[in-house]
Amino acid sequence: MKVRDIQSEFNLELAAGSRGLDRDVSDGYCGDLLSDVIANAGSGAIWLTIQSHQNIVAVAALKDLAAIVLVNGHRPDDGTRAKAEEEGIPLLLSSESSYRLAGKLFCAGIDLTAV
Amino acid sequence: MKNFKGDLHIHSCLSPCAELEMSPLTIVKKCLEKGLDFIALCDHNSAENTGAVLRAGARLGLHVFPGIEINSMEEIHSLAIFDNEEQAVRMQQIIYEHLHGMNSPGIFGEQVIVNEIDEVEGFNERMLIGSTQLNIDVIVSEVHRLGGISIACHVDRPSYSIIGQLGFIPPDLELDAVELSWRGKREAFPGGIKVLKGLPIVTSSDAHSPEDIGRACTSFFIKSPCVNEIRMALQEKSGRRTVIN
Repeated sequence: MKVRDIQSEFNLELAAGSRGLDRDVSDGYCGDLLSDVIANAGSGAIWLTIQSHQNIVAVAALKDLAAIVLVNGHRPDDGTRAKAEEEGIPLLLSSESSYRLAGKLFCAGIDLTAV
Repeated sequence: MKNFKGDLHIHSCLSPCAELEMSPLTIVKKCLEKGLDFIALCDHNSAENTGAVLRAGARLGLHVFPGIEINSMEEIHSLAIFDNEEQAVRMQQIIYEHLHGMNSPGIFGEQVIVNEIDEVEGFNERMLIGSTQLNIDVIVSEVHRLGGISIACHVDRPSYSIIGQLGFIPPDLELDAVELSWRGKREAFPGGIKVLKGLPIVTSSDAHSPEDIGRACTSFFIKSPCVNEIRMALQEKSGRRTVIN
């Protein structure tokens, strides 16, 4: 599944990083402690977080994540948008909580860890 | 230059998580007993007890910097340390405009406002333990604008530290120093001390009870205790320097 498919299927607003919309999504991760995300997120994951500091883009690039979703209505500042644009990592926005959105993504079949 | 033993991170009874015994006179007496020359009083998100501790310190011979331990929207704790109470109160004003919720004393603890002779003057009702809606970049720049220094707290700890919350220290963040906790070990960092990006290091007690005072401090080789001298010591300028104990 591509980031693009998830964006349209779940009606997520694209804040930046449109260049990366054709990235493949193979896993998911939820976390707001970036040290934990660095330690545990798998490559190709779509990452749900409320953390909007621009370091999220560096973490996503480091871990080769497919996309970032800011949940619960959190908005990125200009610095974070610019970094996502620069790295070509889709930065998506959702008004739902991590729990609800992750549940929907899981049901849509993004769960390689369980295979 | 004289060697001043300083502890830049001490809480009073205003912090909900601190012991009620952390009154101005107790703090000042304990610090003098432990041989400290100066401290910064840094309660969570508030400077409302700084005046009382400053005056108690002035009376008994301990220099006290007014400070605040600010909790950012990323849940990063950082110290803001100033020369005078007015600067701290201006920072407090910015914090209060971006801090929501009321304290639940039964859950988090009492937030006691006291005077310099340890009399209770009132209780702060805000949720001081909460996070502000200010991001760390804004906090550092506001502290600098007001003439203070900004130090990222307990960077060796997993909770509420800039490395724990953000994974690494953002390269363009103009912190004046990072603080190692009292049990912190420079060699303890995964990836080594280079994760601190060459930032100056201080260590402090983060005292929440009288017994915690003295468990860590930093020696500042400076002319007098003021923010400018501390800044120079952190930057190792004009013969000033620091040694962590």
